[in-house]
Amino acid sequence: MITIARPTWRWDPWGEVDRLQREMTGSFTLPRRQSAGAYPPLNIHTGDDDVIITAEIPGIDPADIDITVTGDTLTIKGTRKAREVKQEETWHRRERGSGNFSRTVQLPYNVDGNKVQADYVKGVLKIVLPRAEADKPRKISVTPGK
Amino acid sequence: MAEPSKSLKPEKAQAQEATVAERTKDRRTYIPVVDILEDTNNLYIYADMPGADDRSVNVTLENDVLTIEAQVADVSFDKHNVTYAEYGIGDYYRAFTLNEPFERDKIEAKMKNGVLSIILPKAEAVKTRSIPIKVG
Repeated sequence: MITIARPTWRWDPWGEVDRLQREMTGSFTLPRRQSAGAYPPLNIHTGDDDVIITAEIPGIDPADIDITVTGDTLTIKGTRKAREVKQEETWHRRERGSGNFSRTVQLPYNVDGNKVQADYVKGVLKIVLPRAEADKPRKISVTPGK
Repeated sequence: MAEPSKSLKPEKAQAQEATVAERTKDRRTYIPVVDILEDTNNLYIYADMPGADDRSVNVTLENDVLTIEAQVADVSFDKHNVTYAEYGIGDYYRAFTLNEPFERDKIEAKMKNGVLSIILPKAEAVKTRSIPIKVG
């Protein structure tokens, strides 16, 4: 009987290159994941003084989006209306969803609710959430002892 | 035809290399989700393409194939890192074979809030006519 030894682990030089590249460029280590069923899908961009959240919500009226911020919690609610279908119209395909949506995101810090800005361009919602002044880290200088 | 699901889904399907001719730019390509309806005079196509610029959208009808294409600009903010991502950014591509003639010169397409709407007027000759049946 012939047994073929199959190594369970093999050193892969390209794997190593990939790993190094991923480490260097940072963005490649980003966990891209699809949250099961949560609508709208969000991308979060973090800066020093604010967080920018973008969401793909094509085809809605900006007036139908309701954004609320309380402390460090952001809630996006809205409705995507379906086109009214007349009696004589027949469907060939129906892939686009409609209905109510709601998402709540906990941010890494408290947000200054008065300075939150949101715009809706080309079906993408962008919300800029500046960090509350009181919540910003303060540098504490150490006085040398005598 | 069965009534398909209407609920909101966050996933964008990524196009397989084999379904589109390979692109020169190494970018992701997504298949836009569509609604297609028909009435006696027109065929209506609605495609969700969030992030697509109206100037980059291309709708072409060649022979019987209607192709929808759009380029999407990358989104990045100065001094910000993407720390969490649920959707990817890429171009859009989808093609449909139309099985009846349309008035090519009267096709209308417009882009609003990331949704492309196309109205294809049916050619005069194929508009449904009811044919009276004679009782012999």
